[in-house]
Amino acid sequence: MSDIRGARNALLKRILEGAGEAASSDRQSAFTLNGLRGPLRPLIDKVARHAFAVTDEDIAAAMASGLSEDQVFEIVVSAAIGQANRQYEAALEALVTATGKE
Amino acid sequence: MRLRILDSGHSFGTKALFAFIQMVSGQPVLDVVKLVSYRPDFYGKPMSRVTQEAMRGPSAWSVADRELMAALIASTNQCEFCTKAHTAVAQRAYGDGGSASAALSDPDTAKISEPLRATLRMLRKLTLEHAVTADDMRTVLAAGASHQQVEDALAVCFSFNVIGRLADAFEFLVPGPDAFEAGAKYLLARGYR
Repeated sequence: MSDIRGARNALLKRILEGAGEAASSDRQSAFTLNGLRGPLRPLIDKVARHAFAVTDEDIAAAMASGLSEDQVFEIVVSAAIGQANRQYEAALEALVTATGKE
Repeated sequence: MRLRILDSGHSFGTKALFAFIQMVSGQPVLDVVKLVSYRPDFYGKPMSRVTQEAMRGPSAWSVADRELMAALIASTNQCEFCTKAHTAVAQRAYGDGGSASAALSDPDTAKISEPLRATLRMLRKLTLEHAVTADDMRTVLAAGASHQQVEDALAVCFSFNVIGRLADAFEFLVPGPDAFEAGAKYLLARGYR
């Protein structure tokens, strides 16, 4: 059986709590979709809900707000992982409910 | 690529490695490789450990089945790069020329096992609607997938719901079929490390 628990926990800890160019609070906000600042909101919402719709203008707007490319990189990565993680945990919970097994 | 740092902001050693890969393979370095190689301690290395375990760790699902799941998740997310990349890997892994494409275009009628068919349906719903219910899981289990197989499929889903989002947000270049074939050979031989 494959087991991603350890590797997934390490990934989440690294992107949310480890050193970075973006503030840890911004990475956390992108991950949870809570408390996002103005110009980042459309970009992060799209990354989480329909990433195929992200445009050059969304990235440009985030940069125009004063963020560096490295900060945008980290915030977008955090948003993508956050959405995938919510789906993963919700599905695991549904599986546990269905089987009664942890 | 929408961020210049992801295209050309790598260290000197990484750029030299890219030049070597390009010379040996005769193909451009794929943008997914550029992404995981940029400041790899932040994203590339920890994410690759997750994906390697999900895609190549021990599982009752074959490598081909898991690559098919990855392609289906990518296709559901409308991610052209990942759909083409993982259809090529699944096709090569099944070794029969067409079953991966058939399963992707219509999982309901494709010649695949019932547990796999039910799992693909569940993954498609989870990816599209961002949620599934306990009843959805009961349907997959009733089709013959084990609890562990469902967990393993969800691990694939986690990885490719990350990677597909980044491919689209950063706008990966979609190369021609030869580049995806070369990538498929590499992923089957070496995995995601």
